[in-house]
Amino acid sequence: MEFDKELDARGLNCPLPILRVKKSLAEMTGGQVLKAVATDSGSVKDFQAFCRQTGNDMLESSEANGEYIFFIRKKA
Amino acid sequence: MAKKLAIIASKGTLDWAYPPFILASTAAALDYEVQIFFTFYGLTLLKKEIDAQISPLGNPAMPMPVPMPNLVQMLPGMESMATMMMKQKMKDKGVASLPELRDLCQEAGVKMIACQMTVDLFDFKKEDFIEGIEFGGAATFFEFAGEADVSLFI
Repeated sequence: MEFDKELDARGLNCPLPILRVKKSLAEMTGGQVLKAVATDSGSVKDFQAFCRQTGNDMLESSEANGEYIFFIRKKA
Repeated sequence: MAKKLAIIASKGTLDWAYPPFILASTAAALDYEVQIFFTFYGLTLLKKEIDAQISPLGNPAMPMPVPMPNLVQMLPGMESMATMMMKQKMKDKGVASLPELRDLCQEAGVKMIACQMTVDLFDFKKEDFIEGIEFGGAATFFEFAGEADVSLFI
């Protein structure tokens, strides 16, 4: 999937991945896509909850080799 | 209108210091307006240097590498050893340090209020504390908490 910005949140634990995502999104414009990679297994549920509460769009969430990859579209 | 989270932070040990800062920073990331009122031992979390310790004494739920009776845990140096071990473990697991979380809270606009009564009680000085905080009392807390969607006493 194409994205405009990438965030490496590997090795970070709650709540740092969410805080970094928030910061990254703040530096982007509406409609752009953020790719975030995390190793915290709690981030799967947390990122979805974050998106639902902030109105950003979780386009895709997947796992490969203990890494969680998210594509989030910033709300317009 | 933004949701509001009001927290009272009343404890100053390392373990109890985390929940207020974790919840406040996360709520701010979720676009909540957040205030934390620091009172009694929680007030020490606003000092320039956070010196929060952890004590295994009288805390049977704390996971220990080897079972340790209270009589051993009360020996001099046990508290600083437990604190050191806990901090190392947190670092290894990618858990943020308290100063780091506190900075993130401030950056995110979390309002921190120091209990003036506790400042007086413990003879603290305003210059002991970090910049950007306010001083107030119970009525100050209620002005915000009265309209909060979530209120927590920690």
